Amino acid sequence: MMLLIAGYLTYKKRWKWLWKEWLTSVDPKKIGIMYFIVGGFMLLRGILDALMIWLQQSLAAGASHGYLSSEHFQEIFTAHGNIMVFFVAMAFIFGLINYIVPLQIGARDLASPFMNTLGFWLFVGGVVMVNMFFLFGGQYAATGWLAVAPLSGKEFSPGVGVDYWIWSLQISGIGTTLGAINFIMTILKMRVKGMTLWKMPAFTWGSLCSMLMAATIFPILTMTLFLVFFDRYLGTHFFTTTAGGNAMLYSNLIWMWGHPEVYVLILPAYAIFSEIVAVFSRKPVANYKSNVFGLIGVASLSLVVWLHHFFTMGSSADVNAFFGIMTVFVAIPTTVLVFNWIATMYKGRIRLDTPMLWFLGFAGVFAIGGITGVLLAVPSIDFQLHNSLFLVAHFHSTVIGGVVFGVFAGISYWFPKFTGFRLNERLGRYAFWLWIVGYFMSFVPMFILGLMGASRRLDHYDASTGWQPFFIVSLIGGIVITAGVTMQVVQIIASFIEKKRLMDTTGDPWDARTLEWSVASPAPAYNFAALPDVSERDGFWAMKQTGLQKPTYEDIHMPKNTASGIYLSIYAFLTGFGFVWDIKWLIIVGIVGMIYTFITRTFDEDSEYKIAASDVEKSEQEHFVKMQEVEKSRDQSKIGPEYDMGLSDFIKIVWKWLLGLARHKK
Amino acid sequence: MVAWLSEAQKMNHVESHEEASTDRVMFGFWIYLMTDLLMFAALFAVFAVLRNNTAGEPSGKDIFSLPFVLIETLILLTSSFTCGLGMIAARNKDKAKVMLWFGVTMLLGLIFLTLEIKEFSTILHEGHSWRDSAFLSSFFVLVGTHGLHITSGILWLAVTLRYIARQGLNHHKIRKLALISLFWHFLDIVWIFIFTVVYLMSFIN
Ligand code: HEM
Ligand SMILES: [Cu+2]
Repeated sequence: MMLLIAGYLTYKKRWKWLWKEWLTSVDPKKIGIMYFIVGGFMLLRGILDALMIWLQQSLAAGASHGYLSSEHFQEIFTAHGNIMVFFVAMAFIFGLINYIVPLQIGARDLASPFMNTLGFWLFVGGVVMVNMFFLFGGQYAATGWLAVAPLSGKEFSPGVGVDYWIWSLQISGIGTTLGAINFIMTILKMRVKGMTLWKMPAFTWGSLCSMLMAATIFPILTMTLFLVFFDRYLGTHFFTTTAGGNAMLYSNLIWMWGHPEVYVLILPAYAIFSEIVAVFSRKPVANYKSNVFGLIGVASLSLVVWLHHFFTMGSSADVNAFFGIMTVFVAIPTTVLVFNWIATMYKGRIRLDTPMLWFLGFAGVFAIGGITGVLLAVPSIDFQLHNSLFLVAHFHSTVIGGVVFGVFAGISYWFPKFTGFRLNERLGRYAFWLWIVGYFMSFVPMFILGLMGASRRLDHYDASTGWQPFFIVSLIGGIVITAGVTMQVVQIIASFIEKKRLMDTTGDPWDARTLEWSVASPAPAYNFAALPDVSERDGFWAMKQTGLQKPTYEDIHMPKNTASGIYLSIYAFLTGFGFVWDIKWLIIVGIVGMIYTFITRTFDEDSEYKIAASDVEKSEQEHFVKMQEVEKSRDQSKIGPEYDMGLSDFIKIVWKWLLGLARHKK
Repeated sequence: MVAWLSEAQKMNHVESHEEASTDRVMFGFWIYLMTDLLMFAALFAVFAVLRNNTAGEPSGKDIFSLPFVLIETLILLTSSFTCGLGMIAARNKDKAKVMLWFGVTMLLGLIFLTLEIKEFSTILHEGHSWRDSAFLSSFFVLVGTHGLHITSGILWLAVTLRYIARQGLNHHKIRKLALISLFWHFLDIVWIFIFTVVYLMSFIN
């Protein structure tokens, strides 16, 4: 795949363009799209891993031991968990925040554009590290996605697997902290005049809460990873079994990060749903303030529930009771949010476009996740279900129903803003239904398996348990989900093919309410030709009611592109790689390189350029003319979603194209 | 939290492009310091959990020397003071004094660092290392992390002073000095905690 892309770029002589326009860009919109691309590839990888897990589990009953060794099986579920959480869910959430938040708050760029590229490239460094063992051999961690101690110590995991794990998470985690700091700064300091905190759009609120949480917990992860690393590399005794080390301490630290982490992911997703429900019900968000307090409530409570991940590890009954009750309390602000969504829909004029479909899917699936979650929060029940497939099914209901569907809803909602044209609705519906059917087929059997006593991470079980049929149904469900993802790829390609017909000429295809829809689609580099004046909560909606005024243009300062983010990340990667394989000179090269690049960058005082007011006006005008031409040239009667191509049309087009290609060759 | 957020908003009325960006950078650096503080908080928590896990090896009482650490502390406090003087000079655009006071700060930082290395090497020479017990691991890592921060502070200051010597003071450089002095005071406060929690408290029980 990578080779194909590289070949294409060489063929088209586009390397330089790629470097100048994309890789070194500090534009949060481009960085956002790069996050989506990396996240998309990692989603495919993560699902492939899941299929491999299930294939093993469907085969390995009784006398058959499946097709994987148990070591290899363990590496796969570990990689699956890491990739899905860090490199899929985080990637998509960061992509959306990057693209949308500056537009929603009327800003032209971020507080620190450099920190943003750096954060992105560190994330990429982590992605490369997690895939390194393919290229350089060694193995990946076989310890589960959080590498429990003391299993992750040198004594029990002597290979390089855990080291890859450490450095992959360490490098990308530091990128996350930087990103979080940057977005907190941006949201608190760069909102357009008139937008007070109580007038901020829902998604910006969700992002702010999420980033505040990230800035709180990722430093803990960073430190914890360093301590594991010291245990392995320097022979310290933090989490070992000897010389006074304390493995329980590791569980506390890692889950102090790990539990809130899933809320870092879910808060923006909740907020995406708030936006979408309002727009597609053509009403403002109901009970806006309680909505915000709901988000803040979830964020705060989720910081004090981490111990529910190890009720069984021997804390006293009182401690368990406290954490159990706190966990149940998280359901309260969440319920407030749910009721607000219902209240928003109540008496609204509801349209069921794909973003709204994903919302409804979320409502169903997440409810299952929520209810089973409250069940598991009761320590005495958890003692039965801990470490079972019931638990695995529970958290997949929340991450798939909440985060993944939320991200899909967000992407299909904002896609016109990203690319200038909307997504094919019809294929989007197919994808949605495949996901829903696939989810139920694969996870309902897992709930049942869990209740039957199947523990998680099983690479083999006895035939007499009667589990095999359930595992097979699960596997088929997984294949249906894979078909859903494939359908989404098809959907995107089909939308590109029909680009012109799907073009969003107004910048506001959904008749929406917030500022990002007040600019052209795709948004110009400077976001706003003239900064808007906001006096109402749904700023753009208010403007549409009073009529848009002619803007006055001014000179715009924009940050220059920079490659220092890439270089710094390469050095960070080399340092990590040096530590994995214990290559002393490489470590030194990496560290010195990082320091040098950082210094030269921070003392570069010439990091901005100016766009003259007249140029802004000219490019705005050009866009306007171009869009009018599109309007004129396309068939006005055929732009509704009912004319979007279906699967058979798509196959026909691809087939014809292939035939044409073959003829051309001859 | 909302109250805190609106507090953070108060400084929001700034006019020029430059002032606005300085305001943002300072605010962002504050948040960075909070994340750094959380890393130290994690280390303090680890130290608190592991401090009595000496596994038959010496405890803090056996290897620390209070007078020595007190001298270290005084040196660091003095450096914070000279750093403040340097900052006043920077606000007055007095390049000579900036070089002087920040130079002294750097020197004091270096002395502090030397003393810390000396303490470590004494302990190592007596045959105790971080490999020997959980207590020693957490001691070396907590104090060492602080030392590493001091090292990067010195490096940062050295580079900044070199640039100032060559290019003079402008608002970029003054902003940099302001960030460094924030960082330096922050490290001072962390050290006070280390002094109390790691050294003083090991003599209490
Ligand atoms: C997209 C469809 C997905 C499928 C089909 C899938 C399937 C699976 C399977 C079969 C397992 C192993 C269960 C076992 O222990 O026996 C697993 C584990 C796991 N999955 Fe997923 N998953 C999906 C999405 C996700 C997402 C979106 C996330 C997170 C954002 C995620 C996070 C995890 C984690 C953390 C584990 C535990 C790994 C471990 O045991 O260390 N998965 N998944
Ligand atoms: Cu949790």
